[in-house]
Amino acid sequence: MGQVRGGLAVGARPWVAPLQELARLRAQVRRHRVAYFFMAPFVAVFFLLTLAPVLVATYLSFTYFNLLQPPTWIGWSNYRALLLDDDIFLIGVRNTLFFAFIYGPVSFMASFTLAWLINQLRRLRAFYTLAMYAPSIVSSIAISVIWLYFLAGDRYGLINYLLMRVGILEEPFLWLRDPRTTMPSIVVVALWMSLGNQFLVFLAGLQNVDPQLYEAAAIDGVRNRLQELWYVTIPVMKPQFLFASVNAVVASFSVFDIAVALAGLPSHLYAGHTIVTHLYDYAFIRFEMGYAAAIAVILFLLTFATGRLAFRLFSTGGAY
Amino acid sequence: MIRAAMTATATVKGAGRRRLDWGRAVFYVLLTALAAFMALPLIFMVNQAFKPAEELFLFPPRFFVRNPTLKNFHDLLMSADTMLVPFSRYVFNSLLVTVSTVLLTVISASLAAYAVAKHRAPGSGWLFTLVVSALMFAPHVTQIPRYMIVNSLGLVDTYWALILPALASPYALFLMKQFIEPLPDALLEAAKVDGASEWRIFWQVVMPMARPAWATLTILTFITTWNDFFTPLIFTQSEVMKTLPLALITIYGGPGQVARYGASQAATFLMTVPTIALFILMQRRVIQTMAYSGIKS
Repeated sequence: MGQVRGGLAVGARPWVAPLQELARLRAQVRRHRVAYFFMAPFVAVFFLLTLAPVLVATYLSFTYFNLLQPPTWIGWSNYRALLLDDDIFLIGVRNTLFFAFIYGPVSFMASFTLAWLINQLRRLRAFYTLAMYAPSIVSSIAISVIWLYFLAGDRYGLINYLLMRVGILEEPFLWLRDPRTTMPSIVVVALWMSLGNQFLVFLAGLQNVDPQLYEAAAIDGVRNRLQELWYVTIPVMKPQFLFASVNAVVASFSVFDIAVALAGLPSHLYAGHTIVTHLYDYAFIRFEMGYAAAIAVILFLLTFATGRLAFRLFSTGGAY
Repeated sequence: MIRAAMTATATVKGAGRRRLDWGRAVFYVLLTALAAFMALPLIFMVNQAFKPAEELFLFPPRFFVRNPTLKNFHDLLMSADTMLVPFSRYVFNSLLVTVSTVLLTVISASLAAYAVAKHRAPGSGWLFTLVVSALMFAPHVTQIPRYMIVNSLGLVDTYWALILPALASPYALFLMKQFIEPLPDALLEAAKVDGASEWRIFWQVVMPMARPAWATLTILTFITTWNDFFTPLIFTQSEVMKTLPLALITIYGGPGQVARYGASQAATFLMTVPTIALFILMQRRVIQTMAYSGIKS
């Protein structure tokens, strides 16, 4: 590569450099043709069914589109309405941020701590893994039925029943209708449910750590488990940290299923309203696709900015 | 040899071990309490499925079942008889879609991830950037354009509509890339020197080493696809193409439905069994410890 650049600096015939560059690229493409062959199935489907829809959705955010008539271009007005006039959207943003700032870090750290602890076990490792992972296995639709029973606002609700029996509560508390407890309840259930995915990735990552590294570290004077964790495990597991943190960012900003299952749509006083419930409302109840797309773009920008932070923290300095 | 290694580590750490025993006991107690708490709703779900009607609507509510019965399962299969399609058809649909999705996702994502992580062909960095960005776009709105594309391909209400969109999962590529990237290049070079083709290197060197990764991906994809409600809701029209989560909603019959409450609890239980079974099967691949447990602890 350096030689080509050198040729460029001489610059006797200016059209030679781009041609050389092109030839170099062609040679490289040919050298890597197996790689392209390997990427082909994924790339074909990705471009057709993931990337194209994202681009179309971004275009739609500048239009008025009700699914029946063709979209009409209206410029920035969706964004203007969203940011200046839509109070309910701002409630959704506030709730989502509340959710994200608690759920993201807590689930990330709890997953890692649990995975690390379980990885130390000698006995019953499989049993503990299953017990911790169990909540993520169950369908969220199915499990919300059970949480609704736990959190029910009448005296039949398990939590109300227990609290009243112990004497902490005088009368049933409306956990999912009181604005003070709606979001916290959603956070708790979400945390309970999705410790799983990242937890599993961390477990797999811990298995990937080369045991020789620990031996080498022991020779270098690493004494206890915590030092092992800090000097060996965490640096080696950066790729998994990056994956899990981006994952946590996406999951925490796109909270939807649990919020709707628990608090309803629309929720009482919009206490459980999030960005994605707002999006869903406009997309699939009011059929204002352009407006919904604008919400998706704003959510994307929010998520992307936070995601960059994760990349800065955990990137190994690879291709990205 | 293993025994020698174990005694060696035992003497190194032997001094600290006796003191740690108390801490270890407390640690086990705490972990067990947490495990019990986490598993609580699941245990409750199992109990609900076997409760007779009078226990389901009991006050004060009771956690454990007292007189277990199979009546709920009976009701579920009977109520399915009054539906247009037998319950077994939903099960078949769900199994077919889930198994194909898992297989194709793991293979296509692993192949692409290997190419991106180890070949660094021109454009692959770009691809990865695009994939990660796509990960951050709210999927709900893209469902509409995606529907239009699937529709124009003439795939709506076919199994392909349920399987194909899941294949190019940004999530899957990202996960596999993160695990394949740190694998030592020297090993791949060695295989190449030995005359192995790229195809063989992929299947006989990369995949075995990335086993915890694809085992994890298998579990995650299976659970997501099996429980997915949104995709079949949009991409299926006829009753014979529907999958279990959609059938489940029919059985629940909306809020306030009392008659089928027991059946719905049984259905919830049945829907959870395959995912748990698969997890128990694949778990060993995620947590393979035997190889070096002697050295590590």
